[in-house]
Amino acid sequence: MLIQKEKIWSILKEIPDPEIPVISIVDLGIARDVRIEGEKVIVDITPTYSGCPAMNTIEKDIIEKIKETGIERVEINTVFSPVWTTDWLNDEAKEKLREYGIAPPDGKSTDKSLLTGKPKIINCPRCGSKKTVLVSQFGSTACKALYKCESCLEPFDYFKCH
Amino acid sequence: MTDKISKALFEYCLRLGDSPLILGQRLGEWCGHGPILEEDIALTNIALDLIGQSRAFLTYAGEIEAKGRTEDDLAFLRNEREFRNLLLTEQPNGDFAQTMLRQLFVSAFQYYFYSALKLSKDKTLSALAEKSLKEVSYHLRHSAQWVIRLGDGTSESKARLENALDELWKYTGDLFDMDDTDTILIKEGIVPDLNLLREDWLDKISETFGLASISIPENVFMMSGSRKGKHTEHLGHMLSEMQYLQRAFPGATW
Ligand SMILES: [Zn+2]
Repeated sequence: MLIQKEKIWSILKEIPDPEIPVISIVDLGIARDVRIEGEKVIVDITPTYSGCPAMNTIEKDIIEKIKETGIERVEINTVFSPVWTTDWLNDEAKEKLREYGIAPPDGKSTDKSLLTGKPKIINCPRCGSKKTVLVSQFGSTACKALYKCESCLEPFDYFKCH
Repeated sequence: MTDKISKALFEYCLRLGDSPLILGQRLGEWCGHGPILEEDIALTNIALDLIGQSRAFLTYAGEIEAKGRTEDDLAFLRNEREFRNLLLTEQPNGDFAQTMLRQLFVSAFQYYFYSALKLSKDKTLSALAEKSLKEVSYHLRHSAQWVIRLGDGTSESKARLENALDELWKYTGDLFDMDDTDTILIKEGIVPDLNLLREDWLDKISETFGLASISIPENVFMMSGSRKGKHTEHLGHMLSEMQYLQRAFPGATW
């Protein structure tokens, strides 16, 4: 059987992130590369954060979905370079996050104001208000911070620019 | 890579992996005990980042050693004297002030250290440093803000922070200790010279202490030993809990 790379990519595009199921592991930049070696498929993945507990689930999902198509040998290879960044999220993925209630990353990861600067103004994903406050740099998962909207009074997650 | 270099690199990777492992385990003890919900989440998020960093460095240590040891073998099946974590990381959580001050000391060190390690000629170390640097930036910001708030807060919070400082300052010299392992790897351009980081670290601490209205203690005898596996009495107790399951039921999985 001749395995085609494009087919593998289209499978990967259908695999949702386990913690943010509205975007795929390709949208998120976790799936980095696909290589075919004869009968074997190798998929490179990179973690968002070092301790991301979803990585094991993602590995299992990839292997399972590819094997469903009749391919028997699938290997997952974890890579750390280039380092994962939210800059890889495209506009469509950001819009999906907003619709899901998560404020998408704002700006570029090269912005070094993290250590010194004030927290950024993040628009509320529900009502669009700019009157929001940072509650905690650490939210429900490693990649998110917790904000509160002072207009609609709802708390919300912000996908940190990283 | 010569035998001498690969032995030194293995030793160094244990240092890199053990410090975040032990500090992550310590922070995990706060799970369910944080002073407020947000802080409970913050402490365990930091713990998770650190355990993740540790896993990558210990996995690499196992590859360098080439004896088939995995990250789990190295974490769960070594004895106290074989651990190379910084003395600060094994110190008990104490109260919230002590936990945050310990975090500030370690995160500030990691921040400058990873910034320098990013330039390593070893591609794996350089990539892991770049990744870890992003994460410890949050830890540094978070712990510095708390230290300022506690020092500049009530008389109670300030007294607690000063107690923590009395308890912890003596372990900060250990951050910068170097030995032959460092010398070998510095020469190869694989790791940074820690002497060159000391000033940046001290500046960051001084700046934070200034805002917190506390002062750096003078004439303190510095404890050392982590590079040789000589630990304080706290590590053994901690390992007996952390390693219990793998010791009692070797190879257990879930
Ligand atoms: Zn709102």
